[in-house]
Amino acid sequence: MSVAVAVWWPLRLARLLAALLRVGLAQALAYRSEFIVWLLTTNMPLVMMLLWTTVAKDAPVGRFGQAQFGAYFLLTMAVRLLTGSWVVWEMTMEIRQGTLARRLLRPVHPFLAYCAEQAAAVPLRLLIVLPLLVVMVGWLGTGQLSREPLHWCLLPLALAGAWALLLSLMLLIGALALYWDSAISLFELWLALYFVLSGYTIPLELFPAGLRAVVTWLPFRFVLSFPVELALGLPSVGAALAALAVQWLYVLALFVAALTVFQRGLRRYAVFGG
Amino acid sequence: MRYLRLLRLQLRTALLLALQYRLDFLVKALLSLAWVSVALVPLVVLFHQRDDIAGWRWPEALLVVGFFSLLKGVLDGAIRPSLQEVVERIRTGAFDFLLLKPADAQFLVSTARFELWNFADCCAGLTLIGYGLAHSGHRPTLGGVLLALALVGASLLILYSIWIIVVGLAFVAVKVDNLTYLFGSIYEAARWPASVFRGVLAFIFTFVIPLVVMTSFPALALLDRLGPRQALGAVAGAFVFAAVARALWLRSVRFYTSAGG
Repeated sequence: MSVAVAVWWPLRLARLLAALLRVGLAQALAYRSEFIVWLLTTNMPLVMMLLWTTVAKDAPVGRFGQAQFGAYFLLTMAVRLLTGSWVVWEMTMEIRQGTLARRLLRPVHPFLAYCAEQAAAVPLRLLIVLPLLVVMVGWLGTGQLSREPLHWCLLPLALAGAWALLLSLMLLIGALALYWDSAISLFELWLALYFVLSGYTIPLELFPAGLRAVVTWLPFRFVLSFPVELALGLPSVGAALAALAVQWLYVLALFVAALTVFQRGLRRYAVFGG
Repeated sequence: MRYLRLLRLQLRTALLLALQYRLDFLVKALLSLAWVSVALVPLVVLFHQRDDIAGWRWPEALLVVGFFSLLKGVLDGAIRPSLQEVVERIRTGAFDFLLLKPADAQFLVSTARFELWNFADCCAGLTLIGYGLAHSGHRPTLGGVLLALALVGASLLILYSIWIIVVGLAFVAVKVDNLTYLFGSIYEAARWPASVFRGVLAFIFTFVIPLVVMTSFPALALLDRLGPRQALGAVAGAFVFAAVARALWLRSVRFYTSAGG
């Protein structure tokens, strides 16, 4: 009997996931115009690229010449587009408007539904990022990219880790919305720090040494700069593996925190009849 | 006179509303200040490496960021919330009630809502301008200051007109929220001194979406480096923009069909 259950439960889960992913993909396709607009909104790396290449025109900044800045910021844009999520806004809105109750009625943990929705959007993101990468290779060639096969093996894991880290963080902040109405301000704070500390506006290499040592282990780097560094072949093998481990540790910690806060917060939420 | 009284009324309502949730107000004001500081970091790192970028030195680039923050404060505090409110009312048909009121619709639309905590950005902007001016070693002349003020006014007029045009689109296309985010992100490019943009972008950012005019021109005016032709062009362009926006607004309102039909 227990064997049958052990086989049946994963099958059920797999079917559930497949259904959720299908729905998620349909949703993402339905909102494609919003997607395109959001895509155009993520233009800061391009502006920063302009700025830094202007600076580097006369003389390189550190090891960065114009080509290096170009490769860096185009890769940054690609990683950002690929690993983005919007679950924090969805969650805070649903909690505020009370529509979370609808999700709670379903035989699926809301987190699973949220994750599936975001995962379903990844193929669309890939579709958008590929032309960008083609442009980059066409313009700059492959001279900037890493020659070490290990970097390329680790890259999908790093990208998945970046996506999962951001998602877990968003789920945590969304769960905090069960306690605090303006939990979205926490996400805006994260965004403000992310702009500086993740390599979005400045390559982390250009930070002064002391600050750089700190920033290397903060979660911001693992959401953006780490995959880019792998693609550019910057870290050594040991450093890359260590960084990957730290990245997934962050993912685990944030996800567990999100689950805990959500469980506790739900009890409070139910009390208010929401 | 009547419109001034109405404006004061709307502002007072917004202030009362904002002060009701004092912690929220504080948190949001602090957040907008955090954004200003954070956005300065790339500039700090940049000027750590170089003494000037395309002819702009550190205090001068600070002036540009100061004017950017000043304009952004007004944009986020007064222009954007009102127009987002309006788009929502158009969608739900509550816009009818606004049209029924015995005051000009465009005025009511523009003062529908204020987010007063964003004016913290204006204070930050003024501080940056003061600091940049002090460190630039240049003593501003009265003419320069007046010209800068006029250009700030012109910039606000341009920003406002662009928004009115976007809202005008809402009568036809209804879901323009995304356009507001898009514009917000494009506006971020105005943070940098004009000479960073070259070629096609320089043209676009000077004549099509005059971001460069909005932030770099006032900075140049304060430094007494702005030619009279450019200044006049900017102010005249602002009035043309405003006239076009008003005309488009009046035409768009006619397209408004309430939620019932």
